[in-house]
Amino acid sequence: MSFLLRRIAFYVLTAWAAITINFFIPRLLPGDPVTALLGRMQGRIDSNAEHALRVLFGLDQDATLWQQYLDYWGLLLRGDLGLSFTHFPTPVSEIVNQSLPWTVGLVGVATVIAFVVGSLIGTFLGWRRGTWADGLLPVATFFQAVPYFWLGLITIAVLSVNLGWFPSSGSYDRGLVPAFTGEFIGSVVYYGFLPALTVVLSSVAGWVLGMRNMMVTVSSEDYVTVAHAKGLAERQVMLGYAARNAVLPQVSSFALSLGFVVGGTLIMEMVFSYQGIGYTLYQAVSTHDYPLMQGCFLVITLSVLVANMVADLAYALLDPRTRTEDR
Amino acid sequence: MRNQLLFLRNGKVVTGLAILGFFTLLAVLGPWLSPYDPNQVSDALLSPPSATHWLGTDHTGRDILSQIIVGARGVLVVGLVAGVSATVVGVLVGVTAGFVGGVGDESLSALSNMFLVIPQLPLIILIAAQLPSAGGLTVALVIGATGWAWGARVLRAQTLSLRKRDFVEAARANGERTWRLVLAEVLPNLTAVIASGFVGTVTFAVLSQVTLSFIGITPVSEWNWGTILFWAQNNLALQRGAWWWFVPAGACIALLGMALTLVNFGIDEIVNPRLRSTGLHARSLRRRGIRPRVGFTPVVREVRS
Repeated sequence: MSFLLRRIAFYVLTAWAAITINFFIPRLLPGDPVTALLGRMQGRIDSNAEHALRVLFGLDQDATLWQQYLDYWGLLLRGDLGLSFTHFPTPVSEIVNQSLPWTVGLVGVATVIAFVVGSLIGTFLGWRRGTWADGLLPVATFFQAVPYFWLGLITIAVLSVNLGWFPSSGSYDRGLVPAFTGEFIGSVVYYGFLPALTVVLSSVAGWVLGMRNMMVTVSSEDYVTVAHAKGLAERQVMLGYAARNAVLPQVSSFALSLGFVVGGTLIMEMVFSYQGIGYTLYQAVSTHDYPLMQGCFLVITLSVLVANMVADLAYALLDPRTRTEDR
Repeated sequence: MRNQLLFLRNGKVVTGLAILGFFTLLAVLGPWLSPYDPNQVSDALLSPPSATHWLGTDHTGRDILSQIIVGARGVLVVGLVAGVSATVVGVLVGVTAGFVGGVGDESLSALSNMFLVIPQLPLIILIAAQLPSAGGLTVALVIGATGWAWGARVLRAQTLSLRKRDFVEAARANGERTWRLVLAEVLPNLTAVIASGFVGTVTFAVLSQVTLSFIGITPVSEWNWGTILFWAQNNLALQRGAWWWFVPAGACIALLGMALTLVNFGIDEIVNPRLRSTGLHARSLRRRGIRPRVGFTPVVREVRS
């Protein structure tokens, strides 16, 4: 119980830190792009929204920093992230709301597949260490070193431009109306296959290498030797004894690697023009849409925190030591 | 001395260092080695590889091989600066946290855990996009400022286990000052961990910088491998089938990343003897008819002089 409480306290603290970073970045960095944009928007923007933008970017000079900080929290708690400049006058929160489910779906499916497949391959490689299976290690290393977006470019070039099997951009057939029909879902899966495949390809190597090294370490433990001595089947010792223990550090590193995978997926969305939050962030960066940028960062970070918390809970369920440990 | 020889006897490390050496040479001598000026426009528009342009040209007839050779410097400098700055911060935070313990440790650990959990790439994009001019060095420093946490975490754990060892206690009993305990007793034993953290950060920095250039946040006039991919993506190289435009740059990034990972494997095998006995001696074991079986870590006496 104290483990859970400590973790929850940590995530609350981290969420606070992320929000505070988001508050300070536009205030600390030199240059004042928002003033210039506000000048251009003069007259087209109503005074209430203008005030919100001033609060978000620290332009209300009369207020003290503390007052600005309180105002900023006030806006956030009401879910007000300001207005987007490029999609004027759509609120940032609305744009983010539309794109977030796409990213969550893509990252969720791809990460789970990569984790399961990678851990299985790693189990096998670690079990058969010192044989031909070690020859697969350089391949895994290569895929770990390739930048996500380049792998995306290559798969587009091969599978989409040359072979024409998959569409190279977009997230569903534009001729269809989004609805819960078989046709629409099929189209989403078809369009999402290539981005998901590239995310899996580039993140699977990390799981393979981590699991392999843990298997090598775990398989010289006494309980594995005992299992062998009892005459259990090879398969049962591998999966039921060695892999079961070797997978624990994988689950705990799941949380830490998630931020990295999410970063890679955002780039992947930019390559595939997939309408998730990464593509939105890309558009915001290329059009200097600062409110949208800030909003995207905040939502991405908070989502990653929630996912981490879930991974931590899963770890607590899997590993009884975290529950009995009274520290 | 023996450890260093062991380090160099590892095939992975030698391969990695050779590739790194090659790219370093390109980075130093790039402007003299490149056959053309990377910005020089010519009549050969989007031509495939040929004798005059080994890796072909882009949409304005600029030589792609020259862009890659000249771009190596940008990539390596950013990797190095980011790696060094992140390692310095990581060592300061990690070793301090591990050594002082108590409240200082709790707060420093919480700080580095926060930086670990907050996704770095979006944070780097957010900062770099709001800077008036995000040149190579600025990006390197931003990456360094956000990417130190992993190293700090590993170093803290290692310092914690070193702090109570007998040799440190003995030095403390001798009345050594704290800074000398840290510098002379603890730090030398952290060398491998620091090195592996440094190499990992350089890999991450190279990937981040190339990604930032690819999405067009850094100035497109500064050549690095990401800039080449930026131009390729924005001029429909994929749709035009101009593979020579985007394949070599990506392959260079992958090769550099692989070289760094190989070096890190070597360091890991030195730190963790269980990995070493399988990695370093797998072939010699097989020759001698010893098959590494689960449950037994074969102990093979190493040749000592």
